[in-house]
Amino acid sequence: MTLLQIENLAIDLTRGAQTHRLVSDASWQLDAGQTLAVVGESGSGKSLTALAVMGLLADELTPAAGHILFDGKDLLTATDDELRQLRGPQIAMVFQEPMTSLNPVKTIGYQLTEGMRHHLGFSAKQAKARALDLLEQVGISDAKRRLKQYPHHFSGGMRQRVMIAIALACKPRLILADEPTTALDVTIQAQILSLLSRLCSEQGVGLVLITHNLGIVARHARRVVVMYAGSVVEAADARQLYRAPKHPYTHGLLSSVPRMDTRKGSKLLPIQGAPPDPFDVLRGCRFNPRCQHATDKCLTDKPLIDHMAVHAVACWNQLDTPLDHTLNRPISNNASGETRNP
Amino acid sequence: MTQEPLLQIQNLHVRFPVRAGLLQRTVAEVKAVNGVSFVVNKGEAFGIVGESGCGKTTIARAVLRLVDATEGSILYNGDDVTAVKGQQLATFRKKVQAIFQDPFSSLNPRKTTKDIIGEPLRVHRLVNGNDVNNRIKDLLELCELPARFAELYPHEMSGGQRQRVGIARALAMEPEMIVCDEAVSALDVSIQAQIINLLERLRKELSLTYIFIGHDLSVVRHLCNRVAVMYLGRVMETAGADSIFKNPGHPYTSALLDAVPNPDPEDEAGRHIEPLQGEVPSPSNPPQGCVFHTRCPQVMDKCCQSVPPLENINPNHAAACWLNEA
Repeated sequence: MTLLQIENLAIDLTRGAQTHRLVSDASWQLDAGQTLAVVGESGSGKSLTALAVMGLLADELTPAAGHILFDGKDLLTATDDELRQLRGPQIAMVFQEPMTSLNPVKTIGYQLTEGMRHHLGFSAKQAKARALDLLEQVGISDAKRRLKQYPHHFSGGMRQRVMIAIALACKPRLILADEPTTALDVTIQAQILSLLSRLCSEQGVGLVLITHNLGIVARHARRVVVMYAGSVVEAADARQLYRAPKHPYTHGLLSSVPRMDTRKGSKLLPIQGAPPDPFDVLRGCRFNPRCQHATDKCLTDKPLIDHMAVHAVACWNQLDTPLDHTLNRPISNNASGETRNP
Repeated sequence: MTQEPLLQIQNLHVRFPVRAGLLQRTVAEVKAVNGVSFVVNKGEAFGIVGESGCGKTTIARAVLRLVDATEGSILYNGDDVTAVKGQQLATFRKKVQAIFQDPFSSLNPRKTTKDIIGEPLRVHRLVNGNDVNNRIKDLLELCELPARFAELYPHEMSGGQRQRVGIARALAMEPEMIVCDEAVSALDVSIQAQIINLLERLRKELSLTYIFIGHDLSVVRHLCNRVAVMYLGRVMETAGADSIFKNPGHPYTSALLDAVPNPDPEDEAGRHIEPLQGEVPSPSNPPQGCVFHTRCPQVMDKCCQSVPPLENINPNHAAACWLNEA
């Protein structure tokens, strides 16, 4: 069953009399209990999309088109009151910076129980009991004492555990995690992500993992959405996407990451150039200035994506060459368009 | 490659005092680097990996003479540089340059690229006034930036371009060694690969020696010949980049490897990972015995009492772990 469906979402930035479209035609969907990763580099619009779902876009940012359907209800037309009813008990978010997203002058206990008392009508005693239980679930020992402490008593990894506990507190059906471990060390990152994945799958919570780390995606997500310069360029099941990416951008990303299992001395194949400035007007495909396979059509027509497809791609010249990861380069250098079965 | 040592670090300790109270008395010490020794050979890229607080950046800063070593020596070309001053220090700094992590804060926002790269050239009087512009153009070209970038301010450039300017500035001194402290960590994946390739090319073309500090194991493995894994101020293991990650000789290295996901869903599905429990203890109060014993899955009684020495388990492969004793 579809839990969250984003359809042709566009987000505009208004500055004075000028409007810039930062996200256009973003579409993806998530089934209940599923884990989906949204991957992209900085400025690709992945965080903006998540903020739009939460109704937390800054004032100068407006959703200009499209729909965000949660359980069939459009969040973009929902009133503030309706959104308030959803945030917490239905949809929760884990932010990137555990240092800044917790309130420094309130105890951890207060921040954990606030939502439960407001949304679930728990008494102080009930809420505290559940808070203790939650802290144990996220692996914080000595929970009773910890509840009385403030965020500055906690290390970065501990704070992120608290954020996860807060997100789970009101038993949501969907958690949006925006770069939840980017600020943390690798061993802590592994702890936090396996915790989040395990709790979500045990409790049937849908998880949207927003990240730039292709390794994390491979470890935790079943389905992947790749965003570039404000649009979805490819969406597929993780295995399919990593084995045979069809969009030249995805292909380039996967060839850019050094891996632990490549032959020593193999060369990385980076994508040339840099992502476009969001304020630049660019006709056709936004990736065309960096694309090796660009044709005349790419310069004029924006490629469309069939969002319902199992493997959706927004490209006029889809690639058909599977990646050979051990060499970190495509098996053959066939240009696009040539048929070659994986 | 010749095995001629360029930099030798011997039993290096760096301790920072923790001051408190009205009189700012020293109440404790943070042992940021605690008895580290290693050798960097001429022409190689030596990687230092570890989590935050392991002392990797402090080593870099000690090598660059930005912090003073509390104990131990740093030999550069056989000469101890821990106490050099004045003209000698200036000469040393010309030979050893740095590239920093954050290209946003390591370039002066009020200077153009031309001034940023030109300043060291003028200070060290490396080229005549008239040739400065030509030299800047050459350096930009070396770092694959068009000449028009000379007139731009940092805010007019992207992160990757700024990092290239940072590299050009380091190269302006014609250094022998470059210390790269998380030089690609702040960059997006597609840009990171460009900078990695650039660093590799420059090392070959200019016969540079790198100390490459990073937390991303796959980047370090890709770029470096030899690697040291650090934890809480000590070297846990050091070996060739290939062998250290293929046959780790220390439980901490294995745990780091487990923690890093491979960008390959099929591979990941077959991995069974037990993430390392707990967190890194405070460097002001490190555990007795092996510093890793509080988190080690294979801890023994001995580990809690005495510090394992860094000993060869193979030629060119040393680890500090009691498990290798048997």
